Amino acid sequence: MLETYSVEMQRIVKQFGSVVANDQVDFKAKAGEIHALLGENGAGKSTMMCMLSGVYRPTSGEIYIQGEKVKIRSPKDAMKLGIGMVFQNFRLVQTLTAAENIILGEKSSFWRGPGWMKKKQEEIEAIAVKFGLTFPVDRPIWQLSVGEQQRVEIVKTLYRGADLIILDEPTSVLTPGEAEQLFVTLAQMKAEGKTVMITTHKLKEVMAISDSISIMRKGKLTHTMMKTETNERELARLMVGKELTVQKPLASRPKGKPLLIVDQLDVYADHGRKALNQMEFQVHEGEIVGVAGVAGNGQKELAEVLTGLRAWRKGSITFNGSPLKNASVRGAIEARIAHVPENRMKSGLAGSLGIVDNLLFKSYRTSDRSRFGFLRSRANRSWSQSLVEQFDVKTPGLDAPVRQLSGGNQQKLLFAREVEQDPLFMVAVHPTQGLDVGATEGVHRLLTEMRGQGKSILLISEDLDEVMQLSDRILVIYNGRMVGELARGEATREQIGLYMAGVRETDDTEEEKVV
Amino acid sequence: MSKQPVQSALAIEQPDTPTRRSKLLSLRIELDPSRKESPWWMTIVSILLALVFCGIFIAANGMNPITVYSKMITGAFGTSFGITETLVKSIPLLLCGIGVAIAYRISVWNIGAEGQFLAGAMAATAVTVYFSNMPVYLVIPAMVVFSILGGGIWGLLTAIPRTYFQVNELITSLMLNYVALLALNYFVFGPWKDPKGFNFPGTPVFTDAQSLPVLGDTRLHLGLVFAIVAVLLYAFLMKYTRWGYELRLIGANPEAAKNAGIKISRHILLVMLISGGMAGLAGMAEVSGVTHRLMYGISPGYGYTAIIVAWLAKLNPLGLVVSSFLFGGLIVGGFSVQTIGLPSSISSMIQGAILFFLIAGSMASKFRIRRNA
Repeated sequence: MLETYSVEMQRIVKQFGSVVANDQVDFKAKAGEIHALLGENGAGKSTMMCMLSGVYRPTSGEIYIQGEKVKIRSPKDAMKLGIGMVFQNFRLVQTLTAAENIILGEKSSFWRGPGWMKKKQEEIEAIAVKFGLTFPVDRPIWQLSVGEQQRVEIVKTLYRGADLIILDEPTSVLTPGEAEQLFVTLAQMKAEGKTVMITTHKLKEVMAISDSISIMRKGKLTHTMMKTETNERELARLMVGKELTVQKPLASRPKGKPLLIVDQLDVYADHGRKALNQMEFQVHEGEIVGVAGVAGNGQKELAEVLTGLRAWRKGSITFNGSPLKNASVRGAIEARIAHVPENRMKSGLAGSLGIVDNLLFKSYRTSDRSRFGFLRSRANRSWSQSLVEQFDVKTPGLDAPVRQLSGGNQQKLLFAREVEQDPLFMVAVHPTQGLDVGATEGVHRLLTEMRGQGKSILLISEDLDEVMQLSDRILVIYNGRMVGELARGEATREQIGLYMAGVRETDDTEEEKVV
Repeated sequence: MSKQPVQSALAIEQPDTPTRRSKLLSLRIELDPSRKESPWWMTIVSILLALVFCGIFIAANGMNPITVYSKMITGAFGTSFGITETLVKSIPLLLCGIGVAIAYRISVWNIGAEGQFLAGAMAATAVTVYFSNMPVYLVIPAMVVFSILGGGIWGLLTAIPRTYFQVNELITSLMLNYVALLALNYFVFGPWKDPKGFNFPGTPVFTDAQSLPVLGDTRLHLGLVFAIVAVLLYAFLMKYTRWGYELRLIGANPEAAKNAGIKISRHILLVMLISGGMAGLAGMAEVSGVTHRLMYGISPGYGYTAIIVAWLAKLNPLGLVVSSFLFGGLIVGGFSVQTIGLPSSISSMIQGAILFFLIAGSMASKFRIRRNA
């Protein structure tokens, strides 16, 4: 080996059961560089970083640090090797101070003597100042802003002597100003000869700060290049891949009248961040509208608003000719809006309950299912049985807890429940996530069948192939707005990728104004 | 390289299963995500382990644990007197047990049954103190209604802060137990003290109209019927009504319940009203059926024992009946070993040990042991 890389991964494979998250990944990074890892959600970036930081162990393959072969069995091992990771969700103890969090886990004598903490704080402050990271060291974490908490995490890695600092989506939680400041820090670390790895899906940032760029796609590391050799457009193209999607012809339908009109909608996320900003779009009867976008651009909030789980502040939603009730799940159910939530076991099904109870979710108030407050148990059982047969749900019995079913059968059950409502409109969020090929196809068939019956679907998915294959129209969401609309057939991956990355027009001269 | 334990595709984002290694035996203990509930025999194993554990202390007292346990069993279940006494003790346990169980169903950790029991007892006594001229046939119904409301309102004092200000119900419900206890002491030492009671901290003895009818010459009173009706209602409501369905859904997955349009906060209020109400009714049954007066030290901790009763029963109605009967027996058995020179608090020790081993058992059954490859 001529050149020693500060980190080198060779033929790394990581499997979770039958799912291959990383497939023969080769990766190298030099000291004194910022290496960006680019890829869509689920491309395997996080898995790779977790293997470096000792959270996961690779199924096969080798890792070299400073040219020496190592085995990283735990985060502690990683720390010893000088690898520090800043996770997307911070690992901080809310009630301890910043300084206490940083020295947490450090061995010290039982009696530390007076002024010990003061000394530690000064030590920490010295590191912080050196890298331009300021935060109040003696305040408890819960009093710090998200940006400050991130700085604590970074200083924690530096304090522990990390030479390789891994940051997972560091800017996703930051304001633009804070992000700028972070970049200054990263440059400073680079100047100190440290290796910085960041994952992101924001192309602008990649171009602004990184030296080398690796692109991951579907578990494989497909390209590694220097920043100087490439540009945003090329990155966008590489990130979404270039293989052609086989578009099965959808039976063409005359465009129906508008069913859902979203007008100037402002929605705030849990922590007060504006998630949807003047959102506008329409869905017509009998069409599947795909929403493509990088995760965290408002998809979750959009789905929640449409199904009554979240309130909107400004704007209006008109559904089927009348205004939709704000923040009323029951209102949405009564308006015949179906919902396939993002994570079926988290919010779509009750894992410990049986088939019948899970099918009753939306309809238990109707007169067919209950009368005078009493459930019509016998009728409900035979109704459930017929649904199980109709949707071909494979289950050991009607009382079997649904968590015992396979993912595909769980999703079938969920669809059975939602379709049974005879909805006019369905919000389907990542409907095929975690399903195998057969089950995915089943879900796709169900969606196209619904479309055939004149129902409309808003398909929010990170799987671009899925969106392109099923949608009549594709909307691209970025920063809480629909920034692009592409008709079926004219949409190319490249174009969608650019919109997703926040590059508004294909013309490079016109720069985006939303940040 | 160690093989990954079985993982579903959903588990991708989770860190590797935590494992603990024992190099000596080359066995591995690891978290098994597919195991959520402990198997049924775990309950029995827990009880047996608790008995063995307490046996050590009994032996340390110079007694043979087997003799002591058999003495307890014959004392509690061996004679018709023992059985009726056990039933008398199991009435408040069952009512309070239903109360906490219904709250636990929706993951509201009400540990304030003791206070709600006392509040109910006070409310029922208030009827006897302030409405002594009431028509005879109305007295008992009024006491029942007052006690349910009293306990229920005591429960709401926990539910309201929990619902509107996210105040942890464990703390408020526990603290309110002491408030209720001190309030009760205030009444029995103060305004409600029997003027002819030689300074005994208690109200005047209830009249016949204020007392629950008893069976023959035993102490078994009508409260047993209340408890049985309550447990049947609990079973029926949970299984066959829309409301019960909503509770089951909230208990199984609150996130999904929100998706089904269920307003969880409203349910918490109603459930705590009922939960407290059941404990309050138990308090009424105790004063009106057993002690026939409100007095100092009315509860030997029924409200706390009820938590163990509900846990042992896994919140199941039939289980509640069985476990409250067993714990009633444990209290009575504790008294019967006093004759051979052991303190009756032996039964508290066994109660505590059972809860300890139950919880330990349900934790332990989430793990599995594997031989290291």
